Amino acid sequence: MSMIEIKGLKKSFGDLEVLKNIDQNVEEGEVLCIVGPSGSGKSTMLRCINRLEEPTGGEIYIDGELITDKNVDRIRTKMGMVFQQFNLFPHMSVLDNLTCGPVNVKKADKKEAEKKAMELLARVGLAEKADQFPRNLSGGQQQRVAIARALAMDPEVMLFDEPTSALDPEMVGEVLDVMKALAKVGMTMIVVTHEMGFAKEVADRVIFMDGGYIVEQGTPDEVLNHPQMERTKDFLSKVLI
Amino acid sequence: MNVYLKGFLIACKGIPATVAVSMIAIVIGAAFGLLLALCSQARGKTLRVLAKIYVDVVRGTPMLVQALIMAYGIPWLLQSWGIGFKWDDFGGMAVPAVIVCGFNSAAYLSEVIRSGIQAIDKGQMEAARSLGMTRGMAMRLIIIPQAIRIILPAFANEFVTLIKETSVLGYVGVVEILRRGQLWNSSSFETFPAYIGVALAYMLLTIPLSKAINGYERKRARKEAAA
Repeated sequence: MSMIEIKGLKKSFGDLEVLKNIDQNVEEGEVLCIVGPSGSGKSTMLRCINRLEEPTGGEIYIDGELITDKNVDRIRTKMGMVFQQFNLFPHMSVLDNLTCGPVNVKKADKKEAEKKAMELLARVGLAEKADQFPRNLSGGQQQRVAIARALAMDPEVMLFDEPTSALDPEMVGEVLDVMKALAKVGMTMIVVTHEMGFAKEVADRVIFMDGGYIVEQGTPDEVLNHPQMERTKDFLSKVLI
Repeated sequence: MNVYLKGFLIACKGIPATVAVSMIAIVIGAAFGLLLALCSQARGKTLRVLAKIYVDVVRGTPMLVQALIMAYGIPWLLQSWGIGFKWDDFGGMAVPAVIVCGFNSAAYLSEVIRSGIQAIDKGQMEAARSLGMTRGMAMRLIIIPQAIRIILPAFANEFVTLIKETSVLGYVGVVEILRRGQLWNSSSFETFPAYIGVALAYMLLTIPLSKAINGYERKRARKEAAA
């Protein structure tokens, strides 16, 4: 059984068809990178997986369980999400950002949650920032906290929606390093990204999307170094230096 | 004693009543206003329409008329149905006065609260939901605490407005600041000093409050500029 099964996923915004019949499986421990031009539907697909967007059609299974309106809150706890704009909670300290999910959603013991949060902050290299507020952190630090916040829920899958696109160039590396470390310990990850270098190095599989379809998929070498489809070649010729 | 000073001191005797009514009313207004704001954002259409009707009716009628309906109209209606009802049996005329002020300011505060909620980036709700929080939990823990900081000045301004609006309550039997002045005027015929005293008593409440709001806003602006 696949960790994530997407069957016939469709999404329209009014008359605009953004996703046209997507079928895709993601296996446990797999790192899947989704690349493609803006407007290709890659972020929408990711957001449909944890139902931040309501799909127009199709079904999504997590661990074999169909996501519905009824079980979505519970199933979301299995999926960590990292956003382009970080979306840390500005009125809470870094530590509280990490513990508010476990304490309120999973009813975890506050002390336990704090202990675990400190471990996670150490893992992303920010233990000394626990008492700071998000506004006092750099973009790269905020995104690392956001990753730790998602991990605090013990997710089975991590979803990354262009996690480095809002960062100053010199901060991209520190975030990618945290993601690489996560991939290395076997986390299942779906990463929408423009970082081709990261995709080549870390992905088990790469999907190229355009116009709401999956145009091409395969190993990073197949898709990024030896693309078969004209559309993929065209896109890569514009982004690869 | 100087008649102006006397007028002021007599008006000041109404301050406890005015302040008490205003404070209880703002608490009712905040609680019910929050409920209205949440209804106006609800996914169900019925709740949205009901909230809208309430706000339109309250904002479209003078508070004096609402107070007269509540204080005198309602008992008349109940008595016409054969139910013996007097506000005096339920704590006196201050009760309908507080109810009207509270539910009146709720309509205005609901708009303030709604705008505060809408000012929060939608990424905040998404981040909260992605952690598995329900919509209600996300509102309570993430959205509303942030919205409160934004709306605090507008909320305090509504309190200042409410203090002044309570001046109509003299018509429904509450002896507040204006009523004190009127009563003194009708016995002493010191008309100008009486009403100047009333005005000064209101200013004693409203101006320090307004200054405090401005101070808070300036402090917050500085803090945001520094961040």
